[in-house]
Amino acid sequence: MKPVLLWSDALIFLLVISLALFFWRLRRDPQTRERWADVFSSRLGMVAFTVIAAYILVALLDSLHFRRALENPESLATQEVFYDNKVSSVFDVLTGGMGDRFERTYSAPFALLSFEKENIKDASGRDIRDFPPLRHAGQHLAHPDERAADILAKSAKALFWGLLLCALVIAPQWLVLRGSPFPWAASWITQGVILSAGVWMVGISHHYHILGTDQGGADVLYQSLKGIRTGVLLGTLATLVMLPIAVTLGVMAGYFKGWVDDVVQYLYTTLSSIPGILLIAASVLLFQVYIDLNPDFFAVGMEKADAKFIALCFILGVTSWSTLCRLIRAETLKISQLGYVQAAHAFGVSHSRILGRHVLPNVVHIILITFVLDFSALVLAEAVLSYIGVGVDPSMGSWGNMINGARSELSREPTIWWTLTGAFFFMFILVLAANLFSDLVRDAFDPRTSLRRADA
Amino acid sequence: MSEAQHSRPAPGTLCLQVRDLTVTLADTGTAIVKGVSFELQAGKVFALVGESGSGKSVTSLAAMRLLPDALRISGGSVEVAGQDLFGLSEARMQEVRGRRVAMIFQNAMSALNPVQTVGRQVAETLLLHTRLRGAALRDRVVTLFHEVGIPDPEQRFDFFPHQLSGGQQQRVMIAMALACEPDVLIADEPTTALDVTIQLQVLNLIRELTRSRQLAVLLITHDMGVVKNTADEVAVMYRGELIERASVDDFFQHPKQAYSQRLIDALPDLTHFREAATEAPLLELQEVKVHFPIRRGLLQRVVDYTRAVDGVSLTIGRGETYALVGESGSGKSTLGRAVLNLEAIAGGQIRFRGDAIEGLGRNAMLPYRKQIQVIFQNPFSSMNPRMTVGDIIAEGMISLGLGLSEEARRARIQALLQRVQLGAEHANRFPHEFSGGQLQRIAIARALAVDPELIICDEPTSALDVSIRAEVLELLAELQREFGVSYLFITHDLSIVPGLAHKVGVMQRGKLVEQGTAEQILTAPAHPYTQELLAAVPRL
Repeated sequence: MKPVLLWSDALIFLLVISLALFFWRLRRDPQTRERWADVFSSRLGMVAFTVIAAYILVALLDSLHFRRALENPESLATQEVFYDNKVSSVFDVLTGGMGDRFERTYSAPFALLSFEKENIKDASGRDIRDFPPLRHAGQHLAHPDERAADILAKSAKALFWGLLLCALVIAPQWLVLRGSPFPWAASWITQGVILSAGVWMVGISHHYHILGTDQGGADVLYQSLKGIRTGVLLGTLATLVMLPIAVTLGVMAGYFKGWVDDVVQYLYTTLSSIPGILLIAASVLLFQVYIDLNPDFFAVGMEKADAKFIALCFILGVTSWSTLCRLIRAETLKISQLGYVQAAHAFGVSHSRILGRHVLPNVVHIILITFVLDFSALVLAEAVLSYIGVGVDPSMGSWGNMINGARSELSREPTIWWTLTGAFFFMFILVLAANLFSDLVRDAFDPRTSLRRADA
Repeated sequence: MSEAQHSRPAPGTLCLQVRDLTVTLADTGTAIVKGVSFELQAGKVFALVGESGSGKSVTSLAAMRLLPDALRISGGSVEVAGQDLFGLSEARMQEVRGRRVAMIFQNAMSALNPVQTVGRQVAETLLLHTRLRGAALRDRVVTLFHEVGIPDPEQRFDFFPHQLSGGQQQRVMIAMALACEPDVLIADEPTTALDVTIQLQVLNLIRELTRSRQLAVLLITHDMGVVKNTADEVAVMYRGELIERASVDDFFQHPKQAYSQRLIDALPDLTHFREAATEAPLLELQEVKVHFPIRRGLLQRVVDYTRAVDGVSLTIGRGETYALVGESGSGKSTLGRAVLNLEAIAGGQIRFRGDAIEGLGRNAMLPYRKQIQVIFQNPFSSMNPRMTVGDIIAEGMISLGLGLSEEARRARIQALLQRVQLGAEHANRFPHEFSGGQLQRIAIARALAVDPELIICDEPTSALDVSIRAEVLELLAELQREFGVSYLFITHDLSIVPGLAHKVGVMQRGKLVEQGTAEQILTAPAHPYTQELLAAVPRL
């Protein structure tokens, strides 16, 4: 086994660690702590956060990449170890090889036969044209009629193991957090549902394709799960590329005013007057040319896809900072007129110190709100970009690519609905959770809503 | 003329009666107003006095059934002409509001619709409640405008709110309130947002209308001067209770409660003045000008200047207080900022201890920052909400390089906090845990931390309640005696000047129209504007 560290892997771990540190630091400020407590004291907040955490966990597990060592054939008399050209992740191992069970082409959810007819030989050796049986679905069944009963039996068994796992995971939490004022029970129920569903999926996938297979015969459920990493990473990475640009330029424009303000305003009005999709498409194609001209930089195909993906994140980030920049500029303009900034000037406090101690901490709420709001928008943007063909590499599992494929699938008769459903379901859950969570965060951090509460 | 005009009630008729009114917080049940009773009589002004949070506004809102959702009326009754308002349906109540009882609020600008002419807005009320239409409607509005003293009412009918001054806006609000000939007028701090001279005019108008229309007026205010000028009867509210009720003359001569006495004491004493201090000049301004460019057109060329400060010369001696008095927009705050070098000056000289400090760069100004400090009007916005009080006070000491060790600094912060009558333990708290008066003390401690020789006080007490105002002023005076610090005291309120200032300067439209010792200005004002300001000051 040989670990593979992709650029995006390094970034996602760096991001998660720095985010964790950031929130840990925020804990020290009693006001911030109070507001976070507000967010988590609602059951909705707990559930949304648990769902988001589950997605992040999957993304992290899917980011621990390695290449399997290949067994040398007898004929090759060498000690040298060769590695598989395919890059796997810890998540692939945990799903029990869900992604390795390929069929020839489309098959419906829980189907035993392929979706398309082929020339096959029957028992007596004659050539007939019929639906061939799937290679990895229902092989253990003596008769196709037993399918429903078998699924039920296997589900019950999976549920038992799932609940056992839930007990193992939740019991220690319960011991530690019993007296806590937060509604942990809501989180535990969510965790229970997610864990049970996970165990059920892995268990059943050994015998059936839960969400069928796609054109290439790959398991749709597995593809959808692989899309999690892409979605989460794209959402966070693009936002984090955007944040420093927006915050630096916005704060500088609002604080220094004058020509600095003119330059920044010129930049963002120009940027926002170019159609976003066009700009992104042009930049992505530019980078694609670069990759094609320099094939030596990338050892395996996955690295090429990864480079393209990171480029996409950067491009999305660099082109979408104008809204946040405007907000921060406006807020900074307001804050720099307030008494405490004036008083700091009167004390001869340096510009950098005023920005760091007085201005930045007081625009953090805007940054936070934008971060959670933009996250879901960017996940959706990926789907749009893949749909028009400038998104992530087709070899990388992503919801956008799946939706892109569904374009032709939906126009067939009978319709192939399951790829779209799979991608839609996982994307919907993530975006919904992120939106609900961001609403709560905004309510807790927006000074205007807290004023309204105080008024009432 | 219309059915809205019915016969006026005889003087002294009971118009509105509040009995045992109790208002509680909906979720906790804490009482905000505790069993308040009073009556309003036709032709009389009844003043409800109290500081912020005493429950006086809540009382009036409850009487009109206009409380926010978080508050609930939990007992008592309000009767208008023998009818209990709490028993009416919302539709009937709607009729009572406006037709029988009208209200005017503190901020006229925000109560008027900015995209409609003021005439239309008054006409709208009449459209709803009367059958007046067309020219008759317009005539009625013009008559109303005339009655409330709006000049050229015919033309003003087609003006938008922003084209009127603050006083005229408040007059439009009063005209709107009177449009349907109500019996009762509730005025909630109607003059607080206005300048003193205009305040007096609006109060006089309310008094006249009370007599001419036999209105029953409920005047809500925190300002004892307003009460003295306008009211017939006074009730003092304190923490949700009506602690004292009397006629105005009785009240000011023999207040029964200690709290009432304190409120009366906050009224200015215009007989005692401070002796002139030393002649050694500390700060000298010569023909100082601050101009803001007015830009127009595509290229934002400067077409003209707003002359915020237009040639002001004054001198402040060591240990002396110079009160700079003027109404909003007179340029007094801008002048303060120019002395702090936060505003570039267009001409003139600023000398501090003989050194010219105008136009110095950020670094060149640093040594003077230690000596010139500032206290702002709004204590809530002058402290960073994310810093502890200790850090806030320490900031100046650190950035001005006072060269103190960590422990020395902490000791100094504690000493300063105790000096401004707060506890040393308050250093670790955040600003939102303090009241306005306490915050202003912290602001004073922050300014004192760097041992300044001059403190610019920009309306430091106008955001505070009257009784706290006196304490803060007293503290400033004590600190002056103790440390020999000079103050440039910027205020719109002539009434606080006597016990405070050695010298007074009166500013109007960027110019210093009159200056002299406090005694000269307050006893023998020469300039008509000063005389006007002084006439607006309430006296005992």
